[in-house]
Amino acid sequence: MADPEIKSYEPLHESLSAAVTESRPVRWVAMGTAFVFLAVFLLLPLIVVFHEALAKGVGSYAEALASPDTRSAIRLTLLVAAISVPLNVIFGISAAWAIAKFEFKGKAFLTTLIDLPFSVSPVISGLVYVLLFGAQGLLGEWLKAHGIVILFAVPGIVLATVFVTFPFVARELIPLMQEQGNGDEEAALSLGANGWQTFRYVTLPNVKWGLLYGVLLCNARAMGEFGAVSVVSGHIRGLTNTMPLHVEILYNEYNAVGAFAVASLLAGLALVTLVLKTLLEMRYGAEIAATRGH
Amino acid sequence: MEVRVVNVRKEFELFPALHDVSLDIRSGELIALLGPSGSGKTTLLRLIAGLERPTKGAIFFGDEDASQKSIQERNVGFVFQHYALFRHMTVADNIGFGLKVRHGAARPSAQEIRRRASELLDLVQLSGLEKRYPAQLSGGQRQRVALARAMAIEPKVLLLDEPFGALDAQVRRELRRWLREIHDATGHTTVFVTHDQEEALELADRVVVMSQGRIEQVGSADEIYDIPNSPFVYNFVGESSSLPVKVEGGELWIADRPIGLSAPQGAPSGEALLYFRPHDVELLEGCSGCIAGTVAASRRVAGTRRVELEVGGERQRVEIELPVDHPAAQKSRVAFRPRRWKLFPAA
Repeated sequence: MADPEIKSYEPLHESLSAAVTESRPVRWVAMGTAFVFLAVFLLLPLIVVFHEALAKGVGSYAEALASPDTRSAIRLTLLVAAISVPLNVIFGISAAWAIAKFEFKGKAFLTTLIDLPFSVSPVISGLVYVLLFGAQGLLGEWLKAHGIVILFAVPGIVLATVFVTFPFVARELIPLMQEQGNGDEEAALSLGANGWQTFRYVTLPNVKWGLLYGVLLCNARAMGEFGAVSVVSGHIRGLTNTMPLHVEILYNEYNAVGAFAVASLLAGLALVTLVLKTLLEMRYGAEIAATRGH
Repeated sequence: MEVRVVNVRKEFELFPALHDVSLDIRSGELIALLGPSGSGKTTLLRLIAGLERPTKGAIFFGDEDASQKSIQERNVGFVFQHYALFRHMTVADNIGFGLKVRHGAARPSAQEIRRRASELLDLVQLSGLEKRYPAQLSGGQRQRVALARAMAIEPKVLLLDEPFGALDAQVRRELRRWLREIHDATGHTTVFVTHDQEEALELADRVVVMSQGRIEQVGSADEIYDIPNSPFVYNFVGESSSLPVKVEGGELWIADRPIGLSAPQGAPSGEALLYFRPHDVELLEGCSGCIAGTVAASRRVAGTRRVELEVGGERQRVEIELPVDHPAAQKSRVAFRPRRWKLFPAA
């Protein structure tokens, strides 16, 4: 799959790769397997989603999306993302800044902790909030006494989403900032910049593409999260249903067009995210290379 | 601006990087901190800049105690080893950065900042590159931009960390001469760190030789080279030869023969080490009171011949340098006496 242009510049590389590579049939089998697998398990479902959504025509597709419950689910999803993504951007930048630029006790522990939401099942993340804020939970009595509603309401959904999308921005920025070191910041300080100016003019621009990439992934997950949100939401139609939850409800009611119409929006979001991600990787590959892996 | 470092000690996690260092830097002087890696030279530079705080001691800029001041308040120009240019800013924006971040009345207008940047680019001979980004410059050009950026804030002191370390030999030699010219033109008090003795001796008014967190010697290139005051300086700066000798009755002896040098006043009797420069020797015909040795190896090194001698039959080897065409180079035994030498206690 080597680029022919590169080949012509590096004849040595070509002969080397010809010598160490597998025979043609083996390559075809490997590539064929990969493509068939992708087609069956990834591409096909995507096509099915759009096919089912449009099965009864564009009219009923638009109608399904226009129903009040669906509209409220879309609004709630946007609201949750609009709150949790900025929170995690702030958290992610502070955590990455602290971990990459300073030495302190408990740094390794903090780094591990940031990864926790990745290693824990989202359902558990949701349950933690139920145990904390539920009627029988640790803080349940106190919250009730003060008239604060968290569980089965928007605050609970936001909390669960923040928890699940915690690592995205931080994980993107930590390796990037570590690699860049303190040199640029020291230079800015020596030129008389204060802390904020250094951050604003030097640190942030140095990581902006990595940050954008992290925000993109964080947003996709925030809008698509099902497990954790499902546990804390209570599934109240028109009130605490996010788009993924709404898809499930519609589907369980045999409303295929409705379910797939909402699903198609989520799928569209995934596609847009993928395209933007690929564009970012193409243009700013070197800057975010250190953080590949999601 | 005169800089005084007074009894400064710096520890990193209890590990001492500098022990009780004192140094007076004169106003307008170009001074080199020379030493191997781990000698504390970069730490000393960063302490002067304010990038580190001393564990003990004080640093004065003129009569002012600068140790309590932040790096911003110290107004030093620091050129980093890898330049640390802001990669997302153009050359002009890099140079203007220090002016742009000033507050209130101290901050020049955008137009004035542009004018200053162009002026400095002229000074570092890079006119016309205002719009370029650091990635589009060669190593030598980046170095010049870094220097222009540091000078833009009209610093009291200019500090350079291994300024030529990342450049190839040719560019290095050019920039060295150029830095000297800039220094002579602007008159900034300038301190630079280097591990390259040639660079230090050629460029600096005075050289500070450092080792293991201590200052070994401070002096002009001539002083450092001709009158080293410790075995370390002998070894680290230039070539050196050493021989174990005995001090007895005010004379220096190798085995049972006097070598024709009288011990300095107050040298204790007993074992000692004799240090000298291989080229700074006087060849003798016949020998009563000299160091005589059998030629073990002879190598041609650039314009001279370096001869390795076995002395005193004790398998003690010592190197001296001869002119290429000197007849002694053909002989199997050579006798000599160091012209300039120094005696140190045996280790």
